Amino acid sequence: MSKKVCVAMSGGVDSSTTAGILKESGFEVFGVFMKLWDSGKSDRGCCSLDDSNDALRVANKLEIPFYVLNFKKEFKEYVVDYFVSEYQRGRTPNPCIMCNRSIKFDFLLKKAKTFGADYIATGHYCKLEKVGDDFFLFKAADKRKDQSYFLFNLDKPILKEILFPLGNFTKDQVRKKASEFKLVTAEKRESQEICFIEKNYRDFLNEMGLKEKKGYIVDLKGRVLGTHKGYFNFTIGQRSGLNVAIGKPVYVSKIIPDENLVIVGDDENLYRTTFLIENVNFFETPDFSKEYDIKIRYSHRGEKAKIKKKEDKEYLVEFTIPQRGITPGQAAVIYDSDKLVGGGWIKEVF
Amino acid sequence: MRKVYFDHNATTPIHPEVKEVILPFLSEKFGNPSSLHWAGREVRAYVEEAREKVAKMINADPSEIIFTSCGSEGDNMAIKGVLMGNLKKGRHMITTVVEHPAVYRTCKFLEKFGFEVTYVPVDSYGMIDPDDIRKAIRKDTVLISVMYANNETGNIFPIKEISKIAREYGIIFHTDAVQVAGKIPIDVKDLDVDILTASGHKFNAPKGVGFQYIKRGVEVLPLISGGHQERELRAGTENMVGIVAIGKACEIAMETMDKKSKEIGELKERLEKGILEKVPDIVINGHPEKRLYNTANISFKYIEAEALLVMLDMQGIAVSTGSACSSGATEPSYVLQAMNLDPLCSRGALRFSLGLGNTIEDVEYCLEILPPIVEKIRKMSPFYKK
Repeated sequence: MSKKVCVAMSGGVDSSTTAGILKESGFEVFGVFMKLWDSGKSDRGCCSLDDSNDALRVANKLEIPFYVLNFKKEFKEYVVDYFVSEYQRGRTPNPCIMCNRSIKFDFLLKKAKTFGADYIATGHYCKLEKVGDDFFLFKAADKRKDQSYFLFNLDKPILKEILFPLGNFTKDQVRKKASEFKLVTAEKRESQEICFIEKNYRDFLNEMGLKEKKGYIVDLKGRVLGTHKGYFNFTIGQRSGLNVAIGKPVYVSKIIPDENLVIVGDDENLYRTTFLIENVNFFETPDFSKEYDIKIRYSHRGEKAKIKKKEDKEYLVEFTIPQRGITPGQAAVIYDSDKLVGGGWIKEVF
Repeated sequence: MRKVYFDHNATTPIHPEVKEVILPFLSEKFGNPSSLHWAGREVRAYVEEAREKVAKMINADPSEIIFTSCGSEGDNMAIKGVLMGNLKKGRHMITTVVEHPAVYRTCKFLEKFGFEVTYVPVDSYGMIDPDDIRKAIRKDTVLISVMYANNETGNIFPIKEISKIAREYGIIFHTDAVQVAGKIPIDVKDLDVDILTASGHKFNAPKGVGFQYIKRGVEVLPLISGGHQERELRAGTENMVGIVAIGKACEIAMETMDKKSKEIGELKERLEKGILEKVPDIVINGHPEKRLYNTANISFKYIEAEALLVMLDMQGIAVSTGSACSSGATEPSYVLQAMNLDPLCSRGALRFSLGLGNTIEDVEYCLEILPPIVEKIRKMSPFYKK
């Protein structure tokens, strides 16, 4: 009997093609669209109806069963509340990583298994390969699209229950494949934004109850340079939005939520070498003598660094060359060449 | 894979005889019934013939029947049409908390324009107390709208008692009979309702057609204004396919209602009993007796109905959960919530609604497939400890 796969379908071209490829390679496939968030515009309404309709049309085209499942409660609790509380703590969160870990590869995985699925698959650009008896994640063949960064904190034991069929594809190949399958999503525009935020995150935080509160912008020596309307409107390295006229560009260097303070400095001050990561996840035992490639945000290309154990699940990272804008709340993801070794959440920058 | 359709309260298959009579209207009989020439005359008679059949099924006069596009249109017309048409008398209406969204949301819409609505509650069986309606009546009440039977529980409401109250106070009474028309006999004279709404696809006509009974003399404005069709109460070129179909569906319903209700009722009883015997920790929702013969709303404790629906679908069995949003995600049922059901029960509620084409084999197949699925889901549920 062929193995059964649950494909998480977002209505985009990547997950659509994922379903097509798996069907083509002989799996018994069913699709699931996760209903995660309501924009709140109507009392019994829904978000992303267009996307769920696209996913449904793809599923019909591929002749696979398709279900819209409600994960609104879980998403609010594990992703949105986390997002808001991180900003409240003066940090810059990454909700996609949380969503992957908690919603897709935990709640959905469990549900899919109840439905009899052997595997869960998504349209992530990431390779998943067996090395010896173990499964490991690797950067995707399409380096510009690689999404392994967003998967650093999956639990190792569940890797054997996951399929990432797009790991060896380039985006262009995926679109081509989607056209071959005659999927309506073949030419669909890519979504880059945070899915639950309609306009900008500041308005969203306000709606979620983080009220703006006037505070001071100070320089590194503590001199007041101006005022701001709420520290959570800032992120490390940010330049625009500072209402300070001091004749030279300044950048957010540190946020102290308890004192409602935003500290700014010149560009040079943003370059740091050492930082602490917490809630660390490893897919293999780290080698503390080794130089790894470490990415400090999704768009960071990765630089050489060594890691040192500090406490349980807390590690110190030391870059060879100082890096600009190391930001608490973002993830530092550790690679050995293309292999995903692990990662952690940036806690403190020194 | 065997396919079993247990969702007849959502929609029904088209009756083969209905399909037969509409075919000419998809080809040679294409005329507009308002036209004076041969092409128009040819079809005009069919409209009136269908009207007669509809009227007969509910013991009305043909002149009291208006063809609509669906149940939602009928509900909208009744509520908006009556409230707009009786502004001098007042701006208040009474309805229940368990109406179909076609009524509920229309009320919410009108509240934005200064109309006032009282929503009468239900008890734990999902039944309303006519006395609550009496108590809600005000000097400026112009409309009472109560569904004949509830789509989720199948509860049949005491329409006759309510119409008496409405009559006593001279208030217009509308009933949404979408779940009843074609299933059990309706006598509008005996019920003494002013407006009754029905939908064709709930009783084996195609989607896109419904009818509205409007008692002669009742003051109601059209929802769709324009041409002179339907006594100027519903403009728009007649949907010939739908009208002919709903006429035929009414005729079939009248002829077969007794037999069908007995047969389907027995199948539903067998299904309900079978589930009770084979599956522990379940609750049958709704009123024990005053329920549509085809509907079983069952709560499977400790599980989410969504999972059950998916797994039954994977085995070819089509059932429904309480409510779904536009994308199709399961939402908590507002009807079961209004009944104050233990959340443990309302989250695991599934509706089985039977109808034309269902057989004892369908029921037996379901009784074979369902229990192990429930057991499997419960085993994975953190709430279930056994």
